[in-house]
Amino acid sequence: MDLIWLVPALPLLGFLTLLVAGPRMGDPKSGWFATGAVAASFAVAVALFVDLQSMPEYERQVTQTLYTWMPSGSFEVSIGFLLDPLSSIMILFITGIGALIHLYSIGYMKGDPKFSKFFLYLNLFLASMLLLVLGDNLLLTFLGWEGVGVCSYLLISFWHTEPANATAGKKAFVTNRIGDAGFMLGTFLVFVTFGSINYADLRPAATGIAAVTATAIALLFFVGAIGKSAQIPLFTWLPDAMAGPTPVSALIHAATMVTAGVYLITRLNPIMAQAGWANDVIAWTGAVTALVAATIAVAQTDIKKVLAYSTVSQLGYMFMAVGTQTYVAGVFHMITHAFFKALLFLGAGAVIYSMAHEQDMRRYGNLRKYLPVTFVTFFVGWLAIAGVPPLSGFWSKDEILAGVFNYGAAGPALWVVGVLVAILTAFYMTRQLIMVFFGTEQWRGVAPVPAGAVLGASGAGAGDTAPEQEAESPTVQLGEGSDEPTAHDDHTGHGDHHLMPSHEPKEAPWTMLAPLVVLAGMAAIAGLMNLPFSDQFKRLEHWLYPMIVFENPLPEGPTLVGLAAVAIAAAVVGIWFAFFVYVKRRLDPARIELPILAEGWKIDSTYAAVVGGPGEATFQGVADADARIVDGAVNAVGRGSLGLGTLLRKLQTGLVRTYALGVAIGTVALLAFIVTRMNL
Amino acid sequence: MFGLPTQDEPIPFDELPLDDPLLFDEPAGVVIPDIEWSAIAPNLILMLGGILLLTVVSLVRGRTPSWFSAVWTISTAVFAGVTLVPLWQRVQDDGAESVMAGAIGLDGFSLFVTGVMCLSVVLGALLLEGYLRREGLAGPEWYVLLLLSASGGVTMASANDLIVMFIGLEILSVAVYVMAAMHSKRVSSQEAGLKYFVLGAFSSAFLLYGIAMVYGATGTTNLVGIQQFLSETVLTQNGLLLAGFAFMLVGFGFKVGAVPFHNWTPDVYQGAPSPVVAYMASGVKVAGFAGMIRVFVVTFGPTYGADWRPMVYALAMLSLVVGSFGAIVQTDVKRMLAYSSISHGGFILVAVAANSEAGTAAALFYLLVYTFMIAGSFGIVTIMGRTGDGLHALSDYRGLSKARPGLALLFTVFLLAQAGVPFTGGFLAKFYVINSSVSQGQYVLALIAMSAAVVAAFLYLRIVVAMYFDGNTYRGESATLAGPKVRIPAAAGVALGIAVVGTLWLGILPGQMTSVAGDAVAQLVAIGP
Repeated sequence: MDLIWLVPALPLLGFLTLLVAGPRMGDPKSGWFATGAVAASFAVAVALFVDLQSMPEYERQVTQTLYTWMPSGSFEVSIGFLLDPLSSIMILFITGIGALIHLYSIGYMKGDPKFSKFFLYLNLFLASMLLLVLGDNLLLTFLGWEGVGVCSYLLISFWHTEPANATAGKKAFVTNRIGDAGFMLGTFLVFVTFGSINYADLRPAATGIAAVTATAIALLFFVGAIGKSAQIPLFTWLPDAMAGPTPVSALIHAATMVTAGVYLITRLNPIMAQAGWANDVIAWTGAVTALVAATIAVAQTDIKKVLAYSTVSQLGYMFMAVGTQTYVAGVFHMITHAFFKALLFLGAGAVIYSMAHEQDMRRYGNLRKYLPVTFVTFFVGWLAIAGVPPLSGFWSKDEILAGVFNYGAAGPALWVVGVLVAILTAFYMTRQLIMVFFGTEQWRGVAPVPAGAVLGASGAGAGDTAPEQEAESPTVQLGEGSDEPTAHDDHTGHGDHHLMPSHEPKEAPWTMLAPLVVLAGMAAIAGLMNLPFSDQFKRLEHWLYPMIVFENPLPEGPTLVGLAAVAIAAAVVGIWFAFFVYVKRRLDPARIELPILAEGWKIDSTYAAVVGGPGEATFQGVADADARIVDGAVNAVGRGSLGLGTLLRKLQTGLVRTYALGVAIGTVALLAFIVTRMNL
Repeated sequence: MFGLPTQDEPIPFDELPLDDPLLFDEPAGVVIPDIEWSAIAPNLILMLGGILLLTVVSLVRGRTPSWFSAVWTISTAVFAGVTLVPLWQRVQDDGAESVMAGAIGLDGFSLFVTGVMCLSVVLGALLLEGYLRREGLAGPEWYVLLLLSASGGVTMASANDLIVMFIGLEILSVAVYVMAAMHSKRVSSQEAGLKYFVLGAFSSAFLLYGIAMVYGATGTTNLVGIQQFLSETVLTQNGLLLAGFAFMLVGFGFKVGAVPFHNWTPDVYQGAPSPVVAYMASGVKVAGFAGMIRVFVVTFGPTYGADWRPMVYALAMLSLVVGSFGAIVQTDVKRMLAYSSISHGGFILVAVAANSEAGTAAALFYLLVYTFMIAGSFGIVTIMGRTGDGLHALSDYRGLSKARPGLALLFTVFLLAQAGVPFTGGFLAKFYVINSSVSQGQYVLALIAMSAAVVAAFLYLRIVVAMYFDGNTYRGESATLAGPKVRIPAAAGVALGIAVVGTLWLGILPGQMTSVAGDAVAQLVAIGP
């Protein structure tokens, strides 16, 4: 138990070592070192978990305080870690999946000129993420929260330094700042209300606070969660974040960081229990996000963007769960999703790696012949996310649907949305599987010119009719007018960027395949954590039980079975429909892949128009005003090329007088105030 | 009855001028008050150090080595800093005192500020050393002015009398006006000096006018006397006093660069020699805030807080907003940092507006942290300006991470600290300020301060992005740092080292310094027995 600090410290040590010695260690030694640091952290996490398990149920809450960081009268903040059922399970899957993705990256990033820097960022990310989940107070969580944000920002722009792609990183940054403001205000309000920001103090005190306060706190933190976990209306950054290397997408933008919002809401469940309608807001936001993102995923042609929108959609699912106070199901889905989505992303990465960094699914096809291991593991991931029993995704999704169904009056409506999303999920994932691994080899006989324009009508080719979104969508972005950031995984490290017709796809190296196999195994069996059959199988529920104040109970017996049947039916319908469209070709895919969906309901471009237009104009207004009043002549003077005479003339005829006028106006304003205060 | 009382004509007891020490002790002639030299030792050391330096270099035949003046200055400042330790102990044990016939206050506050001033002198001198050699500017005059101006700042911080404070302010300012204009090879430096001087004179006039009005209303310029008078007397016509507040606030507001008295800041910071800016942004501001706190919070705070607080509140709000937003649109790093220093000023004003001991402690902690991080930032700017001190455009920082990774990393630390990133001093400084503001019920101001910090973070990020991302290789094309090679003089390296260690130390292990800042209470006490 004294070793809790080691869990974040080991990746931090890896970070510091790489900072100093990274370039000297080079490729692949620095990668192995970083992987080792995370693996060691995982070992510690396992030991801690075992240790915690041996303790009596209600004592499973260990705080380790390193030192008092901020002494400030009544308000003290310590550097301390809290190990309890929730954080112990979080650190297990974060370090476990983290280690696998590190290993994968050794292969994936081979030959990259910034190889060691990549692992440097990755280690820093994990240290921050572990701080986020282990921190024993809101401020430490916030530090981790900011840290993962910074790393995400750095890794999104890792390859792309031209303005268009830096924009993607910038967008993630700005969007997250909106969320962070919510987090900060929430922390502030918690402090004002409770007089403490330690999680241990919140729980006993939470029952005594006013419902209005609890609602306000819940909503503020939810704003933070929206930003970090890419929910409507702040979800547009996540698809753009796919510009980063694929292991980053798997680790940060699927398995760990984006689930921080779900973790936060779960962590604050004592407050949520008092928060009334804030929970409905969370549940409905999740539901709408899940549905919108799933519809967008249907029309994407970039292999990573499908998965990105799918992630947004699945996160919506988790928020539906925590919003309906079905926390166990939410955490359960968070874990299974981490496994199968990391698996799918890494599988996609292996495909991209084998296909000369082409990401357009319309140029794939029949890859199962060339990439058997990738295919089999991806297939497992597909079954899991589509919700086919007995793979893990089914169990967690089913539990969410059952919990949602049981949630008061709004429950059935939410449930319908959930089922719709389940159908769509099965549909777009099957579409992806077919387009990538089945059908004809689309890259044959096609010159490496703009995809989509030349594709034939055979097989799974959806490209002939799908819109060329990159070319059509408006080019205004947050902050500055620039091109739509491309999500293409191309970079200088791998030389060949063009998928030639003669290309023969080859399996990725073992360092990349091994994580796939392990993750496929986990994605298949992770459902065992929490099976609904009888009480003794509900391991996760019992494990989390002590730290959850109020859990929405699942429906009983026959209802539960009925709901499960509907969930299975949803998966089957989705898969069948995709088969119907993309294999049997009974329906033109263009009827489904509407342009509006491919463009993400134009949400992003609308934001860009609003923020980029009036927002930009406001800043420009400030700039102009400043230029006129303050800057003007100084800029003209520039770098001191004008003679002193000219200068003095300038000084005497305008500038200083203008400045003095500013002082005078200020004085008059102060005096005007004074007059109101006088008693003459 | 005219003249002084004599032995022959006994006067009634209640007419005895008991409160006038001059009359009471010795009825005739000029009386030199008791001077306790040890109490003003730090100030004396700084001033004498400056004067002696000038004497020594004039007397020594031929030129002294270029490092001599720098070493002299640094030793002087360190020596002055060391003498603070026994004085601090004395104040903590025996309480605050009033010395020099009540003109100078010896309390934790003045000692803390003196320490910060010494620190900024050390950092400024370290930066000047390499700068003067690089620019081919000779002369120990820079260092003399630096020491004299610091002595003025210390006088301001410890003044117990408005006239003394004004003299301190002028000693401080005049030296800095000259330093701003002393880069003889840059026209913009002379422009900056002239501008600063004209506007500074203008605002000093306001301050003096305000002092006169306060004297008119209370009958004394002594802060102790004013405080006592105000607590005992209810002014029926307080217009004079309140107008005095307004005028004095203009004077102080100008010195600390508070909006709307900030206009000079971007121009002067841009034009003045970079190491001088490092000192101006740290030392001069520290002294200005010290004076402001001494007058407003300590003297007027207990009785007339309700009257001046709204004004400071407004200045704080304007400074935060204008500083943050103004910075975003700049393309010159020095101007960016100038605006950011306006925004920092806004933060400290938030603490002043709190009008409480916690607020004062927060302001002191902020000033200390601020000195480290702003001197560090301008230290980088000094180095990056290269010969001619002219390369300050944002584009001149492109690709710095490739050419000088260490320098880029240090600048990143300073910028992140200014943005208020946790585990840097900047975070805690902002936190304490907001905390003190909230505990006085200033929620709106606290919110504005937090939002301004978020906006300002964008500015700091722009510089970081320029250093790290804009110049990297892309598709085989590599943009490298333009302009001449960046050279880091050893002394400047030491200054950056001190600054970065200070910035991080105050962020990671702040406990010690926050308790010192908490102990640095400003007190006005009448002359002791």
